[in-house]
Amino acid sequence: MGRVVLVTGVSRYLGGQIARILTKDPNIDQVIGVDVVPPKVKLSQMQFVRADIRNPVIAKVLGEAGVDTVVHMGVIATPRQAGGRANMKEINVIGTMQLLAACQRTPSVKALVVKSSASVYGSGPKDPAMFTEEMQPRHTPRSGWAKDSVEVEGYVRGFARRRPDVAVTTLRFANMIGPGIDTAMTTYFSLPVIPTVLGFDARLQFIHEDDGLEFVKRAVLGSYAGTFNVSGSGILMLSQAIRRTGHKRVSLPEFLFMPFGRSISSAGLIDFTIEQVRYLTFGRVLDTSLAQTTFGHTPLYSTPQAFESFLARREVSVA
Amino acid sequence: MPDAKIIPIHGDDPVVPRLVADLEPDAMARMMEFWEFVQRRLAGDYSVDDFGFDPEFNDKVLMALARPLYKSWFRVEASGLENVPEETGALVVANHSGVIAFDAVMTQLALLDEHPAHRHLRMLGSDLVFQSPFLGEIARKAGHTLACHPDAERLLSDGEIVGVWPEGYKGIGKPFAERYKLQRFGRGGFVAAALRTKTPIIPTAIVGAEETYPMIANATVVARLLGLPYFPITPTFPLLGPLGLIPLPSKWFIHFGEPIHTDQFPENAADDPMLVFDLTDQVREQIQQTLYRLLMQRTSVFG
Repeated sequence: MGRVVLVTGVSRYLGGQIARILTKDPNIDQVIGVDVVPPKVKLSQMQFVRADIRNPVIAKVLGEAGVDTVVHMGVIATPRQAGGRANMKEINVIGTMQLLAACQRTPSVKALVVKSSASVYGSGPKDPAMFTEEMQPRHTPRSGWAKDSVEVEGYVRGFARRRPDVAVTTLRFANMIGPGIDTAMTTYFSLPVIPTVLGFDARLQFIHEDDGLEFVKRAVLGSYAGTFNVSGSGILMLSQAIRRTGHKRVSLPEFLFMPFGRSISSAGLIDFTIEQVRYLTFGRVLDTSLAQTTFGHTPLYSTPQAFESFLARREVSVA
Repeated sequence: MPDAKIIPIHGDDPVVPRLVADLEPDAMARMMEFWEFVQRRLAGDYSVDDFGFDPEFNDKVLMALARPLYKSWFRVEASGLENVPEETGALVVANHSGVIAFDAVMTQLALLDEHPAHRHLRMLGSDLVFQSPFLGEIARKAGHTLACHPDAERLLSDGEIVGVWPEGYKGIGKPFAERYKLQRFGRGGFVAAALRTKTPIIPTAIVGAEETYPMIANATVVARLLGLPYFPITPTFPLLGPLGLIPLPSKWFIHFGEPIHTDQFPENAADDPMLVFDLTDQVREQIQQTLYRLLMQRTSVFG
């Protein structure tokens, strides 16, 4: 029997990329893409279903097509992409709940791959230098994308308990960066003057988008149940990364940073949440050895190389 | 990346007169080297480890700033360096004193400058350090991290020399009258970390740091207002204002003692609280005895 994969969030960059990669794979017969808006670039081999995962319609799609693997890429990181924080939370949390409810009802579903985020670990002075998968956050995220990711992972764990026959793979990605992807981080590093918190220098980790997609692909093709940290090796200090961009840095005391961040986020420049600011203050580093040994794959780009690849794109676009 | 020359500046070293003699042709090369260093730093072209340790910044900037204190102000005499392994991991456990943790910095410098393998000491600090602006940033760049099991074990398994001061704030914030009396040694977490990684513990005694800021009182109300663990009153601080921050030039001795080996214990020894307490006591006792011995040998505080 051929394999049928359903990908959520295909109209956004990463979802679209993974759908494209999966359509080209000979092991997969059919890729069904789901999103609320049609993808900008049409994929000929992909069957697009315009549906909202917050709607029970999704269960019908799963059942009729005999989907065996669900790739949940539909967690949105920034309110700007979703049209407001309330909507974003709705899509992330309620959407995941609906999707998982549908999966639970569909006996053909045998595997679930969820794109999560390292932000579930929070960020703060009491953090260990490196997080392994079984560590609990010492500073639980209380807002934004990070909190949504925590809730999504909670529902995913619940689903894994109720459907023990489904192989559930949760990938906690460090900040994804590269030539194509746009995130709050790439916007931040593109600011002409980059604000930082005075007296702190965060340890940052990046994963190149190609490496990130490779891990998702491997999770779909193989069967690696579990939760995995995924990042490029090594770290960059925030100060070091800013020096590499060649942009100016302005350091603001903590109490001024938040109001400043809020004013530029309301100007539509960048989405600054408390979690984001904490990350830029204290940073966070993942121990990725479990993913590397389980998946048998080491990211091709280290953290500094992934950042370099992002900088290279910028130079091309300027020219 | 070219390695920078390490120029010994011991007075009795034959290199020094020669260096002064041919300073002229050398000066240009050194200036170029310095310029390249500055350029590379400004471009962000250097690497740090997963803990945020920036060896170049530590060795060339931070340690260079502390070196005059080590050589000329406290005139530190380090001994027992042969007890510190050349390549493998070890846990340096020392007494803590002197209001400001100069003792930690001096121990770090002793291992970097005087140990034959120029080892970096990776210290475990409290979360208060990493919460404080500037202090936390500098501590990370100097290679230090939070005192917690995962970090201690990770560093020790990587073969690093890890430094702990188990007395913590009780040690540096104790009154002058209690000098050289070891305080309680926490929960012995450091012993468990050494047992799990099978690395030796090196009990280390530091004499001299107690006299840098003789703390005659602790202004607890001020400390509480500022959210600090203690607020010292010394004969010069806060009386003389910033001048009172200058440490007294006491003469220092740092002795790295006989290692206590942890590899002969069974696999799950770290889960035996009695064994952990016993070992903790043994380390504490060895440091206390070495302190007494060093104090007996010392002729004067500022000698």
